[in-house]
Amino acid sequence: MPDIDAVAQSLAAELKNRKSDYTEARFEESQTSHIVYRGKVMESIGRSTASGGNVRALVKGGWGFTSFNDFAKLPDRVSLAVEQARSAGTGKSNLAPIESAVDNIPSGVSQDPVTIPLADKKRLLDEYNEIIWSIPQIKTSNINYSDSRKKVVFLNSEGSYITQERADVALRLTAIAAKDSEVQQVGLSIGSRGDFKAIKGLHQKIKEMSQNAVALLTAPQAKGGEYTVVLDPILAGVFVHEAFGHLSESDFVYENDRMQEIMVLGRQFGVEQLNIVDSAAEPGLRGSYKYDDEGTPSVKTYLIREGKLVGRLHSRETAAKMNEKPTGNARAINYRYPPIVRMTNTYIEPGSISFEEMISDIKEGIYAKNWYGGMTSMEMFTFSAGEAYMIRKGKIAEAIRPIMLTGNVFNTLKNIDAIGNDLDMNQGGGCGKGGQMPLPVSNGSPHIRIQRCLVGGK
Amino acid sequence: MEQILARAEKVAKEAEVFEVSSEETQVRFESNRLKQMQTNQSTSIALRIIKDGRVGYATAAGTADGQQLVKDAVETAAFGSEAKFKLPGDTRYPKVDIYDSAVQAVPIKEMVDLGEAMVATVTGHTPGIMCDAIVSRSVMTVRLINSRGGQAEYKKSFFGLDIEGNLIQDTDMLFVGESENSCHPLSDTKKVTDIVLKQLELAKNRAKSPTKVLPVVFTPNGVASALIMPLLSAFNGKIVYEGASPIGNKTGQKIFDKNFSLRDDPLVAFRPASRPCDDEGVASQRTLLINKGIVRGFLYDLQTAALAGKKSTGNGNRGRGSLPAPAPSALVVTPGKTTFDEMVQDIKEGLVIEQLMGAGQGNILGGDFSGNVLLGYKIENGKIVGRVKDTMVSGNVYKILKDIAAIGSETRWVGGFLQTPPFYCKGLSVSSKG
Repeated sequence: MPDIDAVAQSLAAELKNRKSDYTEARFEESQTSHIVYRGKVMESIGRSTASGGNVRALVKGGWGFTSFNDFAKLPDRVSLAVEQARSAGTGKSNLAPIESAVDNIPSGVSQDPVTIPLADKKRLLDEYNEIIWSIPQIKTSNINYSDSRKKVVFLNSEGSYITQERADVALRLTAIAAKDSEVQQVGLSIGSRGDFKAIKGLHQKIKEMSQNAVALLTAPQAKGGEYTVVLDPILAGVFVHEAFGHLSESDFVYENDRMQEIMVLGRQFGVEQLNIVDSAAEPGLRGSYKYDDEGTPSVKTYLIREGKLVGRLHSRETAAKMNEKPTGNARAINYRYPPIVRMTNTYIEPGSISFEEMISDIKEGIYAKNWYGGMTSMEMFTFSAGEAYMIRKGKIAEAIRPIMLTGNVFNTLKNIDAIGNDLDMNQGGGCGKGGQMPLPVSNGSPHIRIQRCLVGGK
Repeated sequence: MEQILARAEKVAKEAEVFEVSSEETQVRFESNRLKQMQTNQSTSIALRIIKDGRVGYATAAGTADGQQLVKDAVETAAFGSEAKFKLPGDTRYPKVDIYDSAVQAVPIKEMVDLGEAMVATVTGHTPGIMCDAIVSRSVMTVRLINSRGGQAEYKKSFFGLDIEGNLIQDTDMLFVGESENSCHPLSDTKKVTDIVLKQLELAKNRAKSPTKVLPVVFTPNGVASALIMPLLSAFNGKIVYEGASPIGNKTGQKIFDKNFSLRDDPLVAFRPASRPCDDEGVASQRTLLINKGIVRGFLYDLQTAALAGKKSTGNGNRGRGSLPAPAPSALVVTPGKTTFDEMVQDIKEGLVIEQLMGAGQGNILGGDFSGNVLLGYKIENGKIVGRVKDTMVSGNVYKILKDIAAIGSETRWVGGFLQTPPFYCKGLSVSSKG
């Protein structure tokens, strides 16, 4: 491994001496290991190392960015980035001021998950796979395990020099049941900030997951149309991420006048009980950090408070252009990309209603649990459940095929009419935007109820 | 590379070293203006060994420490899957043109001009639209050597044009976009912008979709976003071997419409998905998947082929630095005889789907898909009357493709991996808020 501290230090003076409005550099080194099962056999087990860096420069509002994993001739790379910025820039540079920081943030885990012997990891996964296969009618299974340890050194022409380390563990299991030409699957995703223990002891959950996949083979499909839908905390977390979170990322707003009119602070988006937060500042979650990839300290940002739009997510550039405070949401998935505005840990704050109360007055509706995926186009969004049940006369009734829900942010948020008291964060997610995927994030919510939600089906 | 191979051969029976290097330049426009110039240099190396009959694997991006790489590969080989395959020895590769030195020579100024031309055409047509555009060029070098004397090396050039526009009126958002790429430099932006302008024209008016079963025409983009994903899994040799593909045991049977033929084709000259060999050094070939509705073949890499008692089809693909696995190079659908306009004229009430959002989230293995019509239009009495919104369609790919009303005559490359004409499908379930 190249010594990225030495590389970074050698460049500190270089960055300040350039004729640009702003210059920064980011260096990374990481180790990962992965284990993949397809069916009964382990398909892939491997270890990887990576190192690389980038330089980004700003001149007259234009950016130059160069990434590399060959550390030779670094001053030339800096020159290239500055030159590129100069040929792109025609206006005025505008970055929200932040205090420069010199800091060193360790990963906080007692044991680096990458260093745990592969034999130990394999033993646990073998147990899980055996449970999946012990259920009759399971045709095949997928298990994807990965862990990583990463160190990032950030420095800029304003004197910041920040070293941050993090570790991640991610596990996704899928049980696939088949009978005749019917194929159904149910998945489970678990993640943690480097704590391997988080993926231990899942035996019972995995058994239930596999049984659910088999049960779906005979479950009927919902009829397409509008329903009263209750979402469990996992799916509601995906919902808040897709339905509203992406809209609050201001890189889509800051140079778009019409978008600014829509996203005007104070606009009523939902009921008074609705509060939505994004916060990298809460420790220990997948989307947590102390500084973002521009060296801005993270904060807790209310996006919606009492149903009204009160904030949005910023980089230094979007904050300056919109005359708001930077929120520390500029993130890059790795050194090959410049930072863009991203979510971190996004959640709906808990209300006061219990799950039983929430479903008690629903004559016919759908209880949708667990996630399969989600996507947004800002205005319209879709997200899919991993499991679903009919609600009849206030009670959970028969299982139905997993459903896809769709909505329009300007209507659907207003149609949330009950917010539960049972906030739970899902740590298994990864988010994609601008080709940068999967970025570690977490989503959360209590149970929520949505009126008139459009469900795809027969 | 040679040193790493030599070091690995000392501790393992077989070894293979695979290296990819790339240099890329991008000119990016944001909100109708030139915003960023970007270059990316990257080298990565992967070592695969067979030790005591098991596969070991390690990769390094950036500065590779050969000793560490071999050590990591040996550690993983203790648990690795049993190697059923043999690495290919010295192989004759087909000649496929995928490198044009003119790509690297395109001046930045010209790339800026191309981006400005795209943005100017679209904003000139529709005032108030905000465009993001990317003009990119790159060169990639792939090298592979193994302990059985196999060696492969090729160089590929890439040039891409990409534009997306969004138009906001009150809380209504319209997204349009198109891209084109080639191993040659592209100098004509009209092909890309013509499609975007057509999207804008068709979306000008609003139309309401009913909730019922309707005929649907999928444009090439629509085919890519709705119908192709389930087929990708179904023809993957690994999923076939596992017994999870619904058509895995249907070779020689007519499962699809008689007008539907599909092949994997890595040999089309100057297409970015083409290549003389796959990522394991197996020679590229055309593989027939569906011929006139009959299932003809599946895609294999070395290991899966060996397990299934088949031959590799040269589809060993290393996505994201992982071990080779079967994946298509480029899928090509044989065009039919019906024009897009004829399809629309034939429909009394139906939809045209250009972009379906979220179709990949369904039960892909079973062929079920469901998605929100991100960009689509209503057909009334043989004419497109306007854009539909807040509308979902769902269906099952196997049911839909069993009996197709017509396959189009005008084929187009979509996203670099699929060449397809439009599909006119008989009945899809549509749910709408109107």
